[in-house]
Amino acid sequence: MSVGPVSRDVRFAVALSSLLTVLALSGVSLAEEAQAPTPAPAAAAKPAVAPSPAAPAQGGEAAAPNAPALVKIPVYYLGKRYPEPLPLSYAERPVLDKGIQGARMYAKQANKSGAFVGMGFDLIEAIVPENGDVVAKAREILKKGDALIVADLEPQDLLAVADLPEAKNSVIMNIRSSAEALRQEDCRPNVFHIIPDWAMRADALGQYFIVKKWPRWLVIRGDSAADKDYLAQIQRTAKRYGGKIVQEVVYPYPPGSRNTDSGYQQVQAQIPMVTEQTPDHDVIWVIDTDEFFGDYLPYRTYKPDLVVGTQGLQALAWDKSYTEYGSMTFQNDLFKLTKRDATERDYTAWLGVRALTDAAMRAGKTSVPDIKQFILSKDFNLEGHKGVALNFRPWDHQMRQPIILGGGTRTIVSKSPQEGFLHEKNVNDTLGYDEPETKCKFH
Amino acid sequence: MNRPIVLFAFTTAMLVFAEPCFAGKIFVSNEKDNTVTVLDTDTYEVIATIPVGRRPRGVILSPDYKELFVAAGDGDIMDVIDTATLKKSRELESGPDPELMAVDPKGEKIYIANEDDSLVTIMDIKSGDVLGEVPVGVEPEGMAVSPDNKYTVATSESTSMAHVIDNEKKKLIANVLVDSRPREAKFTADGKELWVSSEVGGSISVIDPATWKVTKKITFEVPGVRPELLQPVGMDFTKDGKQLFVALGPANRVGVIDTATKEVKDYILVGQRPWHGELSPDGKKYFVANGLTNDITIIDVDSLKPEKSVPVGRLPWGVAVMP
Repeated sequence: MSVGPVSRDVRFAVALSSLLTVLALSGVSLAEEAQAPTPAPAAAAKPAVAPSPAAPAQGGEAAAPNAPALVKIPVYYLGKRYPEPLPLSYAERPVLDKGIQGARMYAKQANKSGAFVGMGFDLIEAIVPENGDVVAKAREILKKGDALIVADLEPQDLLAVADLPEAKNSVIMNIRSSAEALRQEDCRPNVFHIIPDWAMRADALGQYFIVKKWPRWLVIRGDSAADKDYLAQIQRTAKRYGGKIVQEVVYPYPPGSRNTDSGYQQVQAQIPMVTEQTPDHDVIWVIDTDEFFGDYLPYRTYKPDLVVGTQGLQALAWDKSYTEYGSMTFQNDLFKLTKRDATERDYTAWLGVRALTDAAMRAGKTSVPDIKQFILSKDFNLEGHKGVALNFRPWDHQMRQPIILGGGTRTIVSKSPQEGFLHEKNVNDTLGYDEPETKCKFH
Repeated sequence: MNRPIVLFAFTTAMLVFAEPCFAGKIFVSNEKDNTVTVLDTDTYEVIATIPVGRRPRGVILSPDYKELFVAAGDGDIMDVIDTATLKKSRELESGPDPELMAVDPKGEKIYIANEDDSLVTIMDIKSGDVLGEVPVGVEPEGMAVSPDNKYTVATSESTSMAHVIDNEKKKLIANVLVDSRPREAKFTADGKELWVSSEVGGSISVIDPATWKVTKKITFEVPGVRPELLQPVGMDFTKDGKQLFVALGPANRVGVIDTATKEVKDYILVGQRPWHGELSPDGKKYFVANGLTNDITIIDVDSLKPEKSVPVGRLPWGVAVMP
């Protein structure tokens, strides 16, 4: 259960001492040379069945001249080419390879690390066209047995794949959808969520506004399913942290085309009209997942206003301006690979591949159920450039993680949870649905 | 901005002339200022502020104390400072993004972790020639040479291993899996143990160099401090080898570990975000750089009490001390 920004809580300290995890000794050492990994072509991949390759060390000078035979483990990237929302600025190039690039990047890294413990990973890209049948593609993959899947899928497709009887014992990493229902009523035991849900995002921003003493929020929103989903979570945040939605406005103008010869003039006239007749507020919380109008708001409002939400200051798993905890390695590597800046989905895909391959390496296991078991164990502590170990909430499989506040700025503004928001078990559980409130029932 | 610098230079000159001191020097790298602050070990006065390459972090002295090596991560170079003149004397081409390094006991070779390339570069200190490169895990950082000069250990932050290099063959002979994001490696003076701190894993792994296996894991617990904030980074053994000081980053504390029992015996409150430290030449004081409070805390080793804070530059990171 999470509590608001109260002064230092005594029961927190008590709970804490009982919760310090003493990690089991898990030193695995191998006497071998590192060898540059050579990923096999996709077609050659077979489900891994070999036992643990993590043999005990010979130590000292007993260096084997050759690297050990690699056990190959396939990791599938299952996706669909959905139409991407276009950036509101016509001058900004749409990015059509979000996600997959991050997955490719970590697969390379996993093979470098895996070479030291006798494991190799084949990233197999299974991305169907916009009108393609992703369920048929999944069936094809699952014919070979339980699979490790990074899913770049919208909720409906994700559930259709997860509900296949042959997918029962697979591990599916959701790297794309923030939809709340996937963590609540529609949660599935074979699905894990790397990407933060709307509740975590709303709480991350909400905590910051409470700390700043900006509790009055004017919501201006679109009307898509995702927009309504985010709205419901902002309402929840307001209730739990003492914020107030002073008014909710549906943005009235249709999006239309991005490129016009008349330029910005009409927008400059319209935005003050949308924001004029509104109660006093501290920030405008914009909800525009389709990127139709959110970027029009800053600097054009009736009164000087801060814009936050899906545009302006955002709550994100990753941003191109984030530089801490070794994250420049990520930013640089991604740029080298793609010649563009990193997006949030590149990070969640990278982390999805990392969760699966790290679990295999640390557990020293190659079978999918063994890897899943390790992911759910207390020994699973993933590094992801956030300065704390990342792991999954057992009650809904949502990844616990600090959330970056940034996106509309050249440096990040902050990172939530904010100082002062306390939790008796894990402070990252102040973001999103905690155990007592979850509507998820796995069985 | 000009004025304080002029004043600084003036005080420096005064100090140098006033006392041709036999006291030691403390070098502190300031990550944000691109400088190294030099302090007197007796008076804790600033003797000099040396401009170096961008983003200086790791600092290490040659065994004869004649040179100080400063890894300038953003500058992709290693600055070498003459410790007598306190001026930059030369540069070493360290390769991209150098962070930490280790010098062999004879002072002939320097081992540099190249974070971006997953490589350890072995360099001749005198000539700056690259003698070899050893591929290790992803994002190498911590470096340590064994006291007998047989092995060099590199820790890889991403792969989370301690990689053991045979110094003669310049080849890897072992890879030891440790907890997430290992930051620093240190051998005990007798070379019988290798200690590796894991920042995100929140533990120290003690490794037996006879087998290259983890024999013990040390974790931390402070009532009232969130466990995820207890992040061990820089480590230093006391001169008698009986204790190890470990900076615990966001927990704002230095942990004290009994090296015989491997138990944490004390936590010392210091400035915010301590990164690395070093002992005074006589072993009686421990100096730790506090990243967020722009100062170093001086700890009395006998009483394990913080005695004093001394301001340095912005975002201090590494510490080296010479007699």
